[in-house]
Amino acid sequence: MIEMKPAVKLPTTGERRMVTGDYAAAWGAMVSRPQVVAAYPITPQTMIIEHLAEFLAAGKFDAEMMRVESEHSAMSAVIAAEATGVRAYTATSSQGLALMHEPLFVSPPMHLPIVMSVVNRTVASPLGIWVEHNDTMPQRDTGWMQIYVEDGQEALDMVLQGYKVAEQPLVELPMMIGMDAFLVSHTIESVDLISQEDADAFLPPYKPVHAYLDPQRPMVVGAAAPPEYIQEVRWETDLRMRRAAEFLEETDREFGRKFGRTYGGMIETYRLEDADVALMTLGTVTSTAREVVDRLRAQGERVGLIKLRSFRPFPAERLQDATAHLKAFGVYDRAVSYGVGGPSYIEARNALYDTTTMPILSFLAGLGGRDVTPQDVELMFKKTLAAAGRGRRASGVHWIGTRGVSP
Amino acid sequence: MTTVKDLPREDYFLSGHTACPGCGGAMVVREVMKVLGPNTVVYMPASCLLIFSDMYPYNAFKVPSLQILFETSAIAAAGVKRALKRLGKDDTTVVAFAGDGGTADIGMQALSGAAERNEDILYVCYDNEAYMNTGIQRSGTTPFGAWTTTTPLGSTSEGQGKNEFKKDVPRILMAHDVPYVATASLGFPADFLKKVDKAKAKKGFRYLHVLAPCPVGWRAESDSTVDLAKLAVETGIFTLLEYEDGVLTLNREPRFTPVREYLKLQGRFKHLSEGQIASIERWVKDKWERDRALAKALGPKPKVPVAIVR
Repeated sequence: MIEMKPAVKLPTTGERRMVTGDYAAAWGAMVSRPQVVAAYPITPQTMIIEHLAEFLAAGKFDAEMMRVESEHSAMSAVIAAEATGVRAYTATSSQGLALMHEPLFVSPPMHLPIVMSVVNRTVASPLGIWVEHNDTMPQRDTGWMQIYVEDGQEALDMVLQGYKVAEQPLVELPMMIGMDAFLVSHTIESVDLISQEDADAFLPPYKPVHAYLDPQRPMVVGAAAPPEYIQEVRWETDLRMRRAAEFLEETDREFGRKFGRTYGGMIETYRLEDADVALMTLGTVTSTAREVVDRLRAQGERVGLIKLRSFRPFPAERLQDATAHLKAFGVYDRAVSYGVGGPSYIEARNALYDTTTMPILSFLAGLGGRDVTPQDVELMFKKTLAAAGRGRRASGVHWIGTRGVSP
Repeated sequence: MTTVKDLPREDYFLSGHTACPGCGGAMVVREVMKVLGPNTVVYMPASCLLIFSDMYPYNAFKVPSLQILFETSAIAAAGVKRALKRLGKDDTTVVAFAGDGGTADIGMQALSGAAERNEDILYVCYDNEAYMNTGIQRSGTTPFGAWTTTTPLGSTSEGQGKNEFKKDVPRILMAHDVPYVATASLGFPADFLKKVDKAKAKKGFRYLHVLAPCPVGWRAESDSTVDLAKLAVETGIFTLLEYEDGVLTLNREPRFTPVREYLKLQGRFKHLSEGQIASIERWVKDKWERDRALAKALGPKPKVPVAIVR
């Protein structure tokens, strides 16, 4: 039995309505005023572009909308539009993101701050349409910032926050915002649909600083280059990704001051201060894990939770600070790097190598979109508690709820 | 109308680029840019053109230029145009210059999509009939019998040069019913410039397919580029045509010089057997019969659909 929590008054700045996560993302895109939208349909992202097309048809939204022939072209079109000097938006999922892999590499070195909503979905094979993070996580090294959200409101808010961070002249990196398939994209929740006026006050019009195509001031955008120059481009892109961390934190605080909601920046913590062990989750499993933390706390277990919001840039310093007092740390992933473990587990172990010798465990569950139940999460906590104080030898990869293999 | 006599002295594709001597592609770009002028944005895919014109820190264009990827010429040009429209610069011409590989093969999907949506861009394919930048590999537009590095010579049936005929890209574009499709040859500059002029003036999707001999890849003398481009038309192996608002016109009735006069100037054809040459002659004859029939059959197309706001 999960107890219902008392109703809290949710802050509303626009119109509060019951909408899907896809609607929320589309609304966030609309009020961000992109000048060019290019997209290709794929389940479960389709409703995002359908809603944008409806807004456009109804005259609520004014943009060039390109209904292109593939995701490869959708990404290439928004790259070209941003390179010309306007704000651009696209959305995709799964196979579509995989098809975009090639153009994904193009915009970070070119200083093109595109924002894209990605509904996280299984990548074949086997073909599946349900949630998994093995579409976005393999895009880790393309130079895109990667954020994972938990609900429709966060999916909307992060589009606005995303442009604000991405367009910082010291950052100028694109951002993808991961939303769990169906659990966010198709779930109807109460969402504060931020008004255009409030959005405009938060997000100023885009003014390109370093890259644009203007016959009055000709420049080459995206040249070829010999080895004498490319390493510096890599270094400078790496620098901007490091800088982005600070702006993610600051922009979330600024958003909080304006809209009354914050998300903790790159990570959010729950009942962590006096915890002995903690679990790190991302996406919708976090909602389940909060309930499990409350339940275990009621039983006297000192457990806490970290919600990983930013996968790139990876919040290494914040994690080091947040976990300094822990005796064991479990990391949940909805994707697997075959033969190694969960991608955010790999990242967390790397980030914490210098600051801790506690065991860090990898938990893999919910792959292919299988439900991750409170019992599953409880098992993760129990395993982490059992490892507490046993040192790095107790680390390892644990598959949870694998039929015929693990409980 | 731009003629050879009043061709602007001003260049927007400048000398100092690093193309090979006699490069047909560079000539195509230079002439097109003379007509298009300064209010132009250029897109280039990964190609010979990119390498010889925009290898950092050098740049041969006097206008802004963009490069994203190999297969993205049509979509990138379309994205630029849509953005320019939003910026109130709808009068700026957006041109994509792509080779035959980037057009007929890897870029076909984006090209077809942009044509179907009637994106307001000019797409120029400089057709040098193989992947020259990567070292003369066979493409969809490589002619039958031609030696390339991926159709090398040998004693088997796989060793006789390319075993397939050239892909007819302009005909594919005509099937999209775009406002303008034309072919041109460096050997007929008056016809070429007239077509660039027309293409510049029109709105919507415009496609120019220009035969651009590559002396290196064709194994020909570097001073033979224009002669080869002329001979290709006069032998009938390359047709000058124009598809405008649904009407197909064959612009020049060739002299039908024997096709071997064209083949013998190029090392890529020197292995051809009498049987292969006969195949090419037959292909040319068939092509002309078909194109003539098509020109006769194609009449004005229905008007462009117009959205009615109720």
